[in-house]
Amino acid sequence: MATAAHRIARTREEDSPADEAALAAAYEAAFDAAVAADERIEPRDWMPDAYRATLVRQIAQHAHSEIIGMQPEANWITRAPSLRRKAILMAKVQDEAGHGLYLYSAAETLGTSRDELLDKLHSGRQKYSSIFNYPTLTWADVGAIGWLVDGAAITNQVPLCRCSYGPYARAMVRICKEESFHQRQGYELLQALSRGTPEQHEMAQDAVNRWWWPSLMMFGPPDDQSQHSAQSMTWKIKRHSNDELRQRFVDICVPQAESLGLTLPDPDLRWNEERGHYDFGEIDWTEFREVLKGNGPCNEQRITQRRAAHDEGTWVREAAAAYAEKHTAKDITKDRSKDITKDGAKDGETTA
Amino acid sequence: MTTSEWPLWEVFVRSRRGLSHTHAGSLHAPDAELALRNARDLYTRRGEGVSIWVVPSAAITASSPDEKDPFFEPAADKPYRHPTFYEIPEGVKHL
Ligand SMILES: [Fe+2]
Ligand SMILES: [Fe+2]
Repeated sequence: MATAAHRIARTREEDSPADEAALAAAYEAAFDAAVAADERIEPRDWMPDAYRATLVRQIAQHAHSEIIGMQPEANWITRAPSLRRKAILMAKVQDEAGHGLYLYSAAETLGTSRDELLDKLHSGRQKYSSIFNYPTLTWADVGAIGWLVDGAAITNQVPLCRCSYGPYARAMVRICKEESFHQRQGYELLQALSRGTPEQHEMAQDAVNRWWWPSLMMFGPPDDQSQHSAQSMTWKIKRHSNDELRQRFVDICVPQAESLGLTLPDPDLRWNEERGHYDFGEIDWTEFREVLKGNGPCNEQRITQRRAAHDEGTWVREAAAAYAEKHTAKDITKDRSKDITKDGAKDGETTA
Repeated sequence: MTTSEWPLWEVFVRSRRGLSHTHAGSLHAPDAELALRNARDLYTRRGEGVSIWVVPSAAITASSPDEKDPFFEPAADKPYRHPTFYEIPEGVKHL
């Protein structure tokens, strides 16, 4: 590491174009060595363009998912069955806004602007997680989202706390700390319903039936069809494969479902003694691709609502900016008048 | 009026009295007052802080990562600045 950096510094002083290739190679070697040594890459370090682009794509998609994810749950805030549940749900939705902001900040350290990121979300050039294109039909969906969707997100995100890019890893540490409340409130909510009246139990089961498969899809396509996986593993952006994480999630959920007194909607789900894991049924990847393409039940609605929220907030952003500008202008005038009096006094002294 | 992006601020949080402020992250805000309020909402939702600083990111001067080794080199070859550099006879106490 040290030698590579020294070489860079020395080559730079000489500043000869012939050395440019050597310089690039030295930068690359320093980057590779840092990643191999499990050091973190920080914003102002040299990094390969493709590494930067991969991170921007992934962090942006992650940030967009956090803020779009506010919609299906916010749908139930006004109809929460008790003040306790309402306060919890508001806190959770507010957390998701916070997660979005941590991640947008992390993406910005790579040289994109917040406006650009939002613009790409609004125009469909950057994606968000497909899971949020499913509707929240009953109150039990709030529970199923907390347990399964936040649960799958946690399984995905815990390894990202050791991601090679420093700002992303730090954002993930903060997020993971907050996510565990999300999962637990969902689980508790489902438990209350499952142990309630037969209708409530039925409602909880129905929600789990609808959210189970989309939650498994959250881990992305199977390893042999995943476009970006191998390179991301080499760069230590990703630490485990999609299938590995999906299996981990299934293994965690089965006993949790049993404790809830609810079943998971998969006839092929059974313990495999030999593998030491649960076997599970085939995922409908056609559905996944359709939702990804924009043909899910709520794609249109989510993006329309996001754009509307942004447009309706324009006057607030403008007003705050105008207020800030007015006050900065006033401060400058105040400072200047101070200078003028000072200068005036000085002038006075010299002329006296 | 066009809404160009609000400036970026770095947020430092003192988690409890007796500790120094630590960098928590960054955010956008039109002015210092709103930066403080946003920082409270964003970085102290669970009582993580008793005091917050916000600093315009543009006001920070940072050392260059390219020069990090030469820049810190003066400290690297002075092991005698560490107490472990010195050999003290066994049995000598409170030293
Ligand atoms: Fe989140
Ligand atoms: Fe969450």
